Parts: sequence; C-alpha cells; structure tokens
Amino acid sequence: MRYLPLLWAGLFRKKTRTILTLLSIVVAFALFGLLQAVQVAFESGADAADAKRLLTTARYSIIEPLPMSYLRRIEQVPGVVGVASADWFGAKYQNESNAFPVFAVDPARYLDMYPEFTIAHAHREAFARTRTGAMAGKRLADRFGWKVGQKLPISSEIHPKTDGSMSWEFDLVGILDADDPAVRGNTDMVLINVAYFDEARQSGRGKTGWYIVRVADSTQARAISASIEGLFMNSADETKTQPEKEFALGFAKQIGDIGALVTRILIAVFFTILILTGNTMAQSIRERIPELAILKTLGFSDGKVTALVLAEAVLLLVLGGGIGMGAAVAAMPALNGSTGGRFPPLFVGADTWLLAATIAALVALAIGLPPALRANRLKIVDALSGH
Amino acid sequence: MSAVATLVEIRGVTKVYRRGRERIEVLHGIDLDIPSGDFVALMGPSGSGKTTLLNLIGGLDTPTGGSITVGERRIDQLSGGELAAWRAGHVGFVFQFYNLLPALSAQRNVELPLLLTDLSAAERRRRARIALTLVGLDDRARHKPRELSGGQEQRVAIARAIVSDPTLLVCDEPTGDLDRATADEVLRLVQMLNREHGKTVVMVTHDPKAAEYARRRVHLDKGTMTAEPVPA
Repeated sequence: MRYLPLLWAGLFRKKTRTILTLLSIVVAFALFGLLQAVQVAFESGADAADAKRLLTTARYSIIEPLPMSYLRRIEQVPGVVGVASADWFGAKYQNESNAFPVFAVDPARYLDMYPEFTIAHAHREAFARTRTGAMAGKRLADRFGWKVGQKLPISSEIHPKTDGSMSWEFDLVGILDADDPAVRGNTDMVLINVAYFDEARQSGRGKTGWYIVRVADSTQARAISASIEGLFMNSADETKTQPEKEFALGFAKQIGDIGALVTRILIAVFFTILILTGNTMAQSIRERIPELAILKTLGFSDGKVTALVLAEAVLLLVLGGGIGMGAAVAAMPALNGSTGGRFPPLFVGADTWLLAATIAALVALAIGLPPALRANRLKIVDALSGH
Repeated sequence: MSAVATLVEIRGVTKVYRRGRERIEVLHGIDLDIPSGDFVALMGPSGSGKTTLLNLIGGLDTPTGGSITVGERRIDQLSGGELAAWRAGHVGFVFQFYNLLPALSAQRNVELPLLLTDLSAAERRRRARIALTLVGLDDRARHKPRELSGGQEQRVAIARAIVSDPTLLVCDEPTGDLDRATADEVLRLVQMLNREHGKTVVMVTHDPKAAEYARRRVHLDKGTMTAEPVPA
C-alpha cells in the first residue's frame, strides 16, 4: 500500500495515454465478461447436468417416438433407480414468436428426476393431482405475466386434439424455479400432465419422446446405457442412451460451437490488448529511465524497482479488468430484460471472474516483464548521464 | 584536524571504463580522506574524473581497484543490494538537474527515501514536512516540480537528500543550472546543513565561487589529484 501513490503517479504520468490504454482494457474485459456469459448460458444445460441422469432416445433421431411401455422395462435394468418420460408438445403462445418448450410428463416421476428445481410443495401436489394441470418456469411466467390459478391457452404445432383443434388449454397450478443461475436457464419451459395429454391427443397415443433414467452409481452409467440399448436391440424402436451432459452438449452444438467461437474472438481481443498495452508500457518505462535511476540512487534495490514496474502493469490490468468486468455485470440485468426470457439467463459467475483474474495476471506479466527486466538491469551512472 | 574522525577514506582507487575494445582509465590511484563534518569541493576541468569519484563515494558505482571506506564500512566490497541499502541509510544526493519525479508533489518527492523505512505514513509525512520547512518550502509541499522555480526544485531535492538524516551529502554541480543569486541561496543552505547540522558534504563543481562555500577544495585533473587538499 505504501507504494500505491508512487505507482499511481507513474501510471498516470501521461493521463491521456493511460486513460486510452485503460479504456481498451476495460472494453476487452467487458467483452470477455459478456461473451463468457453467453457461452456459459449456452452450456448451462451441460453444466447443470447430473452425472447420474441418462437420456434414452430413439436410436436414429430424437424426433422418433418411443413406446411408453419401455418405461417399465427400463426400470427393471439393474442399477436404474428411477425413470420418467417426456414428450415434445411443440408450443406457441399467442403468436408465432412466443415459442417455448412444453413437455408432457408424469408429474411425480419427472420432478423426482430434477431435485435442483425449487418448487413449492403445494404446487407440486397440485400438479400431480390435476389432469389438466401445468407448471411453468418462473422466468417464463414473469415474461408473460402468468399467475397460478389461471387458464393457460397454448397451441401445439404437432399435436391436434381429438376434435382436430390445435388449441389446448391447461390450468396453471405451479411455478418452478432454481437457485443456481446455471440451472435457471433450464426452467424456461412448461410442463403438462401426460395422462391428460395422451388421452386428448388425436394421434401418437402410447408413445413418448424420450426417457430420463436415474442410476444409482454414475460410474456404471456406460454399462447401464449398454444394457438399456440391449433391451430394445433389433426391435422396431431401437434406442440410444447417453449421459445427460453428453446429450446437452450435442444439442447445444447443433446451434454452433459457441465455446470455440467465443474463444477465438477473445484470443483476438486479448492478443490486440497485449500488443497495445505492451507497447504503451514499454514506451512509458523508456521515458522514465532517469526516474527509475533516481529511485535506485535513493536506495531502491534492483528487485524493488523491478517489482514496482511489474506492479504498475498489474495495477493497470486490475483497474481495467475490474472496471470491464464490473461493466459486464452491470449490463446483465438490461441484457436479460431485453431478451424477454427467450434466451437462457446471462450471468457472470465465479468461474468467469477467476478466468478474468488469470487472464489479467498473464497479460500483466507479459507486458510488465520486459520493461521490468530492463529496469532491473539499469545502471544508475549510465542512466543519469543519459547513456 | 587529527582529532576529527575520518568519515570517508579512499585508498589507491582506480576506475576503468570499457567502451567496446577501448579501455579508459578515468581515475588513477586516488588517495583521499574526508573527515566527518567536512565540506569538500571537488574541482577540475571536464573529464577530470570528479563526478566519477563522487559517484564512487556515494556508492552509485564501484571502483575497479583500491578501497573506499565510509564510516568504517568498505563500500567497495558491498553487493548491489547491500550498496542500495547502504545508500538509503547513509547518503543524500543532490544533482545539477534536481532529478525530482515530475508526477509527484514536493511532499511526495521528499517522502521517497522514507518509503524504504518502517515509518508509518503519518510519520513519513511529518518528517518530509520538517525537511521542507528546513529548506523554506513548507508552503509549496503540494506543488508539482513543474510549478516550482529552478531554485525551489533544487531546495526540494535538498530536502529529499536530508529527510532520512544521512551522514553524507553528495552534491553533483548543485548550482550548475541556476543563476548566481539562486545558486548562492542554495549554497548557503548546503553550508548551513554542514555547519549547523553536521552533515559531511562532498560537492563537485567547476565554479570557483561555489567552491568558496566549502571548507576545502580538492583538485583533480586527468584522473589524478593535482595537489593536496586546499582549505577554502
């Protein structure tokens, strides 16, 4: 702390130059924070995946339905402790742009699979006993202003009712949410009771979309997956079973490899910052060679002067990085609001902060080390005489 | 004279610089004693080696041969780190071009040597204030160097040199950049520090008028002392 005024004065000796450099670092880290948030949001499904959950789908395509009768057979596989089915409803609400996932599920079985969801006990009970019941994610409910107890008119693009109508109506009996922001992205959905749905739909009765399988031991997941696939081998409806995380990653990659895209953009950004700030630091130290010589004259050791130059680079990155990340965090509520809940919730988590700190430290080291070593080697007599 | 302890003892000091393949011997076997409380003016033409000798006395450089003892410490045998610590505790420097840090206020410039001590921030501020008061600039403590005149800058530099209460003041052409009147003011200040505060002063100058403020003069020419020290 005692050297902070000295560092500060050195850093802001040329205010305009330092402020411009600082701004470029702020922008780089703000961009980093925002892009990381997008990446985390895209991968939140995978991150929130439970290693003990497997997904069983039709072997060749997830859109191929599977018989509901498979549930009992999967349940019999050793190591399996729970099974639930889910079916894609293909919903839109009010107009084409208000599309969101609606899954037809067995309330008790399905919710048992996802203990990470936070649901009021009364809502859970109501969903289980109401055949026309529906449960909505909190963000979705907030987005459309839904309240528990109201009717929920939803159109399906896939499933007509027995009377040929595509318009369905459910009773909203519960809200589901999650404490973990990464999980919250997975609650942007509506669950409906499969008992009512299966009875009221015109076609596809007795079929479901996929199975969620809970196993007792995650290390046995591969073996259990193989056993389940073996059960239905050579049948009309062969299956494919894989860990939930693998499934989620594969699903996210259908949109594009967001992680690789973000990484490439950030490499370009930080490489530019490295060149820019590295040049500024080198120039700044070059201009202050006589001042560094004076510090040495006054008794500052070579090591201390080296540390001061390095600390200046660290201070620059801490300031720029901190303000940039702060700006990214400050922008999150506005960004989340502007997406209207159509996108998983964006947030800057502890991992992103840690990564930002690591990048800041590495950049500080890369731009600070060359001038610091030059300061270390500086000979007082030569520097004061202008050599 | 013999009753006064010798502070600086220089024996057979040589200094050789190398510029590529060229070997330049700047000092040839210098012997010099500077008693504690003395005020010595090192005089001589340009290139005579007086600044080199001053740098060796102040521990800014090390001799090629011979020995330099300051206060019973062989500073020619100290490592770089030890020499830096020694300078911090024992020597104050005053240069021709002041060499203040332009981004720091006068107060902060004076506090610089105290950053290397264990003193609290409040104590550092107090001591810097005392040093600035001593040089007559306590009202300019918050001013940056560019807001001060040359004479004031040099007085701030003197305050910085004395703030850690060193035994030895090393001055390299301290009035070389000042007009006569301001130079006299600065020299009177240095003389006061020598006479009233007991600081031992070694000053390089080629200005005979400046040298008159010293107790005695030492002449160098082509790296050799040309005569015995002369009382001023």
